Amino acid sequence: MSTVASLRSPAIEVERLEKRFGRFLAVSDVSFSVRPGEILGFLGPNGAGKSTTIRMLCGLLRPSAGRALVDRIDVALDPEAVRKRIGYMSQKFSLYQDLTVAENLRFFGGIYGLAGARLAARMRYALEMAELTDHADSLVSDLAGGWKQRLALGCAILHEPRILFLDEPTSGVDPLSRRRFWDLIHDMSGAGVTCIVSTHHMDEAEYCNRIALIDRGTLVALGSPAELKRRSLGGELLRVECAPLDRALAALHECPLARDVAVFGSTLHVLVDDAAARREPLIAYLAEHSVEDAHVTRIDPTLEDAFVQLVGRGEPPREPGWAAGAGQASGAQA
Amino acid sequence: MSEDAGTAVLLAGLSKRFGSVDAVQDASFEVRRGEIFGLIGPDGAGKTTILRVLSGVMAADSGSVLVDGVDVRSNPEQVRARISYMPQRFGLYEDLTVDENIRFYAEVFEVPRRLRLDRAARLLGASGMAEFRRRLAGELSGGMKQKLGLTCSLVHAPRIVLLDEPTTGVDPVSRREFWQILYGLRAEGVTIVISTAYFDEAERCDRLALLHQGAVRYCESPVALRARMPGALLEIVTPAARAARDVVSGRAGVLSALTVGDGLHVHVDDAVRRGSEIGEALRARAVPFGQIREVTPNVEDLFVALLAPEAKAA
Repeated sequence: MSTVASLRSPAIEVERLEKRFGRFLAVSDVSFSVRPGEILGFLGPNGAGKSTTIRMLCGLLRPSAGRALVDRIDVALDPEAVRKRIGYMSQKFSLYQDLTVAENLRFFGGIYGLAGARLAARMRYALEMAELTDHADSLVSDLAGGWKQRLALGCAILHEPRILFLDEPTSGVDPLSRRRFWDLIHDMSGAGVTCIVSTHHMDEAEYCNRIALIDRGTLVALGSPAELKRRSLGGELLRVECAPLDRALAALHECPLARDVAVFGSTLHVLVDDAAARREPLIAYLAEHSVEDAHVTRIDPTLEDAFVQLVGRGEPPREPGWAAGAGQASGAQA
Repeated sequence: MSEDAGTAVLLAGLSKRFGSVDAVQDASFEVRRGEIFGLIGPDGAGKTTILRVLSGVMAADSGSVLVDGVDVRSNPEQVRARISYMPQRFGLYEDLTVDENIRFYAEVFEVPRRLRLDRAARLLGASGMAEFRRRLAGELSGGMKQKLGLTCSLVHAPRIVLLDEPTTGVDPVSRREFWQILYGLRAEGVTIVISTAYFDEAERCDRLALLHQGAVRYCESPVALRARMPGALLEIVTPAARAARDVVSGRAGVLSALTVGDGLHVHVDDAVRRGSEIGEALRARAVPFGQIREVTPNVEDLFVALLAPEAKAA
């Protein structure tokens, strides 16, 4: 395989992928492609088909229909070869707490079939990358959360995978460690490693180049964080700071200018068609309804706004087997 | 800090050690009646310990805690009757239905029979779970389980609710619904203390305590906290984020640069001046970029800006 060819062809190519569990359609007609070095985020409610899709891409679950090529290998035809080319790191990654940093690396290196000089070189690389060289002999149980996270990443990349799967990799770690971790991921992406991130954290999703939003087994949106924010909302957001909040909320529920109103902390978020044009009329409307001195500013929608808009309000689907499907997916993650 | 009729919770000089670890050190704050107060911090910051002490399930090593004017240490039973505490793993019975779980907690909290049905119906309605009353708790999604946990915690109509990371692992749609329930409770005058490791949830609180390594570092409203941001945050939209980072890092007035999915976030001392300088530097190095604009920092940005200098020194 020439370097040029592998740079040109997508790292992952998914065509009309489908997975059924009995009568339940967990993943339906999903197609997308990921370019080498891209960081793609998978977002979706629990039980939406995120984990099922990722398990198929990892060669752990056979698709019912459609095709998935990972590093140009068909996951249905050669799952073993796929598993050799990928790395997997979970927030619940099972590091051995009573082993040292170096012992963990050696153990996982062994699992990936590394030995001798190559294992030593990869261990050195992983220690440097994770900034753990000075802590090679520390017990994992003595490490802070952010360091464990980096060690888990080091273990996942020992065999130089072309594609890295990350499952909520930085949930719960302090923001400084989280930023350091994502710097590492961006460096890897710069070196051509493709990263697939599955997460509920909107702040993790912001680090992804593109986001695939999965809901009820289908791909409902695919785009950069900025694109999703821009196009999903179908309007613009105004933040209203005023008192009393209840009275303003009640008034805005009846207001023809407001497409939607939601409480957000001590403020209200109001969806309008045109923020610049509606700001003054909205302040006047509130004053007419005995809410004086409302402070109204235009704000950027967040990824969560986009998510909620695209995935829709209300409860997830309730067809039979839904809960069972969700249970299977999350069980596999743990 | 003094206690008055507007105070729901008063924490003064709270400390708690586990072995050699200072889980909480000299923490003080006041929660006002009817507000949503956030305990915001990463894992290990002391959130759970503080909530356990507030709820009376754990004793502090030192310091005092008044809940609704009652001293937790001397009258834990009295405190427990006034509050509701929802731990991270709330004890739902997975093989009982939604209704049966609520009935069970109504018994535990000794809610008079004549009140039970009405209250359960109202709570289930408010949480959008009315149609799932006969579903087994074990078959609910993560978000629905948390809503049921909250419903069970509210069955004795507490005036103060303590919630330990109720939205962890919950998807954004369910999370937003959960917060709408909290806003409904707030409108009824219920005081809510909620912990979270999701920094974006800080913005949803009326006031918050920013916790780091067992200490309360800042305690105020999100708006007041934002005003503490030294300098400003610039967003540079670019497909060449790493190249842009190399150009920007280390420049005069640049405090930090963070690669994100759409480009780069740069913390600078002066938005206007550094914005134009950075634009010129990027053009000179032929790094493509769309626009540079000032964006509002979020609470995570603040945490990093305020606490990073000392973390480096440590």
